[in-house]
Parts: sequence; C-alpha cells; structure tokens
Amino acid sequence: MRHIVSILLENEAGALSRVAGLFSARGYNIETLTVAPTEDPSLSRMTIVTRGSDEVLEQITKQLNKLVDVVKVVDLSESAHVERELMLIKVRATGKDREEMKRMADIFRGRIVDATESIYVIELTGSSAKLDSLFAALDGSLILETVRTGVSGIGRGDRILKV
Amino acid sequence: MISGAEIVIRCLQEEKVEYVFGYPGGSVLHIYDALFKQEQVQHILVRHEQAAVHAADAYSRSSQKVGVALVTSGPGVTNTVTGIATAYMDSVPMVVLTGQVPTAYIGQDAFQECDTVGITRPCVKHNFLVKDVKDLAITIKKAFHIATTGRPGPVVVDIPKDITAQHCEFEYPKTVQMRSYNPVVKGHLGQIKKGVQLLQEAKRPLVYAGGGVILSDAAEKLTELARRLGFPVTNTLMGLGAYPATDKQFVGMLGMHGTYEANMTMQHADVILAVGARFDDRVIGNPDHFGEEPRKIIHIDIDPSSISKRVKVDVPIVGNLPDVLDEMLKLVEPGFKAQPALADWWKQIGEWRGRDSLKYKQSELIMPQYVIEKLWEVTAGEAFVTSDVGQHQMFAAQYYKFDQPRRWINSGGLGTMGVGLPYAMGVLFANPGAPVACVTGEGSIQMCIQEMSTARQYNLPIKIINLNNGYLGMVRQWQEMFYNNRYSQSYVTSLPDFVKLAEAYGHVGMRIEKPEDVVPALQKAFTEHKNDLVFMDFIVDPTANVFPMVAAGKGLTEMILAEDL
Repeated sequence: MRHIVSILLENEAGALSRVAGLFSARGYNIETLTVAPTEDPSLSRMTIVTRGSDEVLEQITKQLNKLVDVVKVVDLSESAHVERELMLIKVRATGKDREEMKRMADIFRGRIVDATESIYVIELTGSSAKLDSLFAALDGSLILETVRTGVSGIGRGDRILKV
Repeated sequence: MISGAEIVIRCLQEEKVEYVFGYPGGSVLHIYDALFKQEQVQHILVRHEQAAVHAADAYSRSSQKVGVALVTSGPGVTNTVTGIATAYMDSVPMVVLTGQVPTAYIGQDAFQECDTVGITRPCVKHNFLVKDVKDLAITIKKAFHIATTGRPGPVVVDIPKDITAQHCEFEYPKTVQMRSYNPVVKGHLGQIKKGVQLLQEAKRPLVYAGGGVILSDAAEKLTELARRLGFPVTNTLMGLGAYPATDKQFVGMLGMHGTYEANMTMQHADVILAVGARFDDRVIGNPDHFGEEPRKIIHIDIDPSSISKRVKVDVPIVGNLPDVLDEMLKLVEPGFKAQPALADWWKQIGEWRGRDSLKYKQSELIMPQYVIEKLWEVTAGEAFVTSDVGQHQMFAAQYYKFDQPRRWINSGGLGTMGVGLPYAMGVLFANPGAPVACVTGEGSIQMCIQEMSTARQYNLPIKIINLNNGYLGMVRQWQEMFYNNRYSQSYVTSLPDFVKLAEAYGHVGMRIEKPEDVVPALQKAFTEHKNDLVFMDFIVDPTANVFPMVAAGKGLTEMILAEDL
C-alpha cells in the first residue's frame, strides 16, 4: 500500500543521508523524496512516498523516529490530507501538434511556461495520479523531457506537524 | 582560552573517563600532546585500532561505564569499523573520538582522509563532524548523552586537526537538551497493568530475558520479579547472567544452541514475558513455525522498533527496564498466586529437562565442553568470561553457569571473531584483579593476537582458554551436517606453536593434551600464575559438535540433539 511519510528533521549536513541510508539499509523502497527547509530554517520538512504493508510502515516510522536528527514523523496517508506534485514537461509543439499541446495543457489546468517555435514547456501541479494521466493522454513521441518534484503533502484541517 | 585538543581532554575528565583506548597518528597529535600533559585520563596503547574499540566496548560491558576510544583519521577510522559495528549490534554505550584531516582539506582526498561520518553512519547510534571549535565541548557532551541514554550505542565524534589547534573558552555543559532526542523512561501504567493481568492468568508462562536486562542493570529486579512469579526463566545469549543460571527456575539459554527444555518451554508457553530481548533469528528460528502456537506476548523494551519487528506482540511496554520492573513489582506482590496449572507446566518442563540435552559424548581426547565445565568449577563460577565466535563461544555459553550479570562478554549480534582477547583487556581495566578467562579457538585468537603485546605492556593476567581443534569448528560443523562433509577451507594448517608464541610475547604458555591434565592446568593458571597471562592451548577432540542445534531456517523445536546422531 502507498504511504506518504512526512518527516520534520534537523536542517543539518548529513541528515538527508541518514534518512536515505536507513531506507536502503533496511530494504524499504522510496518512490519519491522531497526535502526543503521550513519557515524555521533550523528544521527541514521531508516527504517520502513509499510502499509497504502496515507492519512495514510501522517499522519505517519507528526506525525514522530512532534517528537522532529526526524530530517528528507522521504517516499522512492515515487520514485526510492534501498531496501535490509539480511537473515540468517539454514537448515538441509544431504544426497541428502545437494546437493540440495547448489544448491538453488547458484540459489538465497546466500552464505553458516557456515557448519557442517548436517547443512548449508545460507546468502541471496536482496529485501524482493527475500527473500520470497527462503522460497517458499525450503522444509519447512528442515528449522530449520531463522532471517531477516528487510528492509534497500536508494534513487537512487542524492536523499540524510542528515542533 | 584553551586549545581544542585540551578541550577534548577536559571533556573526558568532566565525564570521569578513566581510560581511553587508542592509537596515535597524524591528525590526533594535538590531542595526544594534551593527553601527555595530564594524568587523570589514562591512555591504553593497543596494537591495532580494532582492538582499541573492542577493549573500550568490553570495558563498558563489564561495568556500567562508557567505553572511550581515540584513533587517527583514515585507516585509523576504517580499522575501528568492525569494533563499532560490534558494539552497535549489542547496544553498548561507547564514544569513539576520531581525528580528521584539517577542515580546509576535507573532500580533497588528503593524506589519511576518509569520510568518517559516511563510513560509520550505518553502524553508530549517531555521529558528528565538529566544524567549529566552539561546538566541540557541547558535541562531546551530546555524544556521551546519546551513547548512554535510551537504547545505548556507540557515538562517533570526528574532529578535524585544525579544530584541535584552535582556541576558545571552555565550559562543559551540565545538561543537554535536544528537541529531536527524548528517549522514553517510564512505561505506560495501563500497559503494565494489562501485562500483569496476563501473568496472573497464565497457565504455561515463561520469562524470556535478553541483553537489555544486563545493559540497564535490571538483573536484580528481574530476578526478584521472576522469583515472586515462580515462572520458568530463559536467558538469551546476550542475557546470560540476567537470571542466575544455577537457580532451579532457570531452564537454560534458548535459541539455535539452547537447551531442549528452554526451546520447548518457549514454543509451548501460553504467556511470554519478554524483557529486553528481541526475538531474533538465532533465538526463535523460523518465525512462521514459532507463530503456529497461539500465545500472548508481553514485551518490555526501551526501543519501540524492537517491538513487533519479527513477532507480533500483544502487550507492548516501551520504557527503561528498571523503571518498568519497579512498577511490575508493585503489582506482583511477594505472595503472588499463580494459576494452579503452573504445577503441571513445571512437571512438563521437568520431563523436558530429563532429556539432559547438554550431555556430550565421552572421548579419549579432551572434550571442549569438559574444559568449560572445569573452568567453571576451578573459578567457582566467579570469573569474567570473554569469548570469540564459533563453537567455543557456544560451549562457554552452555557450560559456564553465569549467576551474575556483566560476567559474560561476547559478540552476540555481529558475531565478530577476534574480540575475545581485546575484550579480556577491557574487562581487566574495568575490574582490576578479577579473574578473567578468554575462551577462544585457534581460528579466532589469531584475528587479534597482536594484543598479547598490549597485555604484556599493561600486565594483564588474562587466562586464554584456547580450544584448539585445528578446524574453524562451527564452519566445519555446518559443512559436516549440511554440506556432506566437504570441509571447504575450514581446516587450519600451519598453526603457530602457541606456547612458544605466548613465551615470545613474555607470557606463560601451556599445552594440554590429555583429559586428566585439564584440571591441574587450570588450577595452576589461576593460582600459581594468578598474575600472569597464561595461554592454555587445549588440544581438543576435533569431532566435537555443538548440540542441541536448530538449523538455520528451522523451527525452534526442530532440534537436533547429540543423542540423535
């Protein structure tokens, strides 16, 4: 089962590698990982998307909590949450495809953030599934390059992950 | 203002460190110079950095104190990795100070540079790279705090050479607060009550005690609780001494080479009280087979990640063992009335005991088990026993009856060959004058044999019990049993003459080849040669195997007994 694990950790050199090292050492998988400092620059917020049974997730959470740099851990997918991922996708946009690309970007509520005579860069934000469905909708031969940020997530309502 | 090097030493003094085990080198020269100028912290010069860490490790295991090691950068650090990983697997509190190339050189492949924090990260509880001399004292304070609290473990502090040369004001913090590190102490009272309720209802109970009992100095409380309950008790390899082995409630060590009665009791218990133990593969064998029997498990541990890791637990209690056991003792009073069915359970256990699973074959040659039995007798069960890893380790665990905690010093988790001799050194620094036996084999002892020289320098009267069978015994046993007698690389040829070797290092050597010479040799070693290191080379029956045995991947009760063969 897919889980979104949110981690608050000390913004210190090496903290990221402690988390990444834990996942590889114990054979847990990482689908996406994003990390950046929070409004308090001494803290980083990390979001990891992983897959595993409830037992595996329990272990992941416990092992993460054991890391000295980790302040708090929460499995966002346990309750209501918002998840977003950003993707930039560079496509060939010539001839009749140019109009088609514009239309697809509009349908998915993406934005064209760069354009040349033959190329568009589309910016799209949403759940990972939404990003995937744009892939599915586009003619693969026209996709030149893609980059995704990985998932960021936050709990809905008054669920707050803070020190 | 004092230098970083002086700060390091002042911190160690503040922490009341008596001994630092180490080896000098380029990047720690300032620290060694600061060491030279004082007398409070004594430095023990080993012959290889691995031994420094092992000795610091055993210093800690055999006392309640923190072991401290000091090594130089690069190879000094890489040589410590085995020692650090060994301590990490067995949760031993230790602080390892490592030199590093000057900060400006880091990342430039400088001479004797390695990524210490990166290399040691997976085998430490935590590690630090000090980048500012102003952070040095607080970092060392944190290292001692982290090493000794919660589930203990080794902490590495990597100190670049320029930091040890810079100056700043010294103030050692009295306490340290870390928002990201707050280990639990008290157990949840509701959970403790639930656990006690289960103990009251138990018909076929078992107390299963592990290394956590020893590490947290909870042996006395555990023993008191077990006696009030009147339940059978088993100890893991790491838990030997947590409950007295000569007590009638003790059913022996459990696991791969546990007694028949311990494994049968574990498998068939309806309630297990697990205390500071972690249901590892060497203890319960195949977890699916173990899971076939219905039972309730109460698990007390300081580390939440040890709970429900391999076996689903019904009543988890996270907390410091002495605190949790205190709470339990309030609920389990001296007049505790167990279920009447407990009598039948003891009867059943008595039948299992009747198998006498530790009996071994008789031989014209010296049987290794016999040597350990006699060692126990000659030392009146009072010795500290260190061991290496292999058959001799299991024989020592099975036949030396440990009645006290912190007397059995071995590498249980990582299974590190070579620890025995440096462990014995560490024990003697923590317990000067105590009888210390290092039970080893001709394979293991050669992995750190250079420490015979350290033992000479510091006059450490270790009694080395070398169970010499000419084979890497445990490998040979598996090859005999599971590889159709194909003894691939397990026969050791060109062994040194250990008697001459011991003498060359300035010690006493003995070679014992006949069973009738075992006791006189041991007696001589522990009386006449009380103050000498004695290397006793026992030439033992090379066909002796360790039984009972649960083969890897088999169920806990699928034991092979000596009588089956």
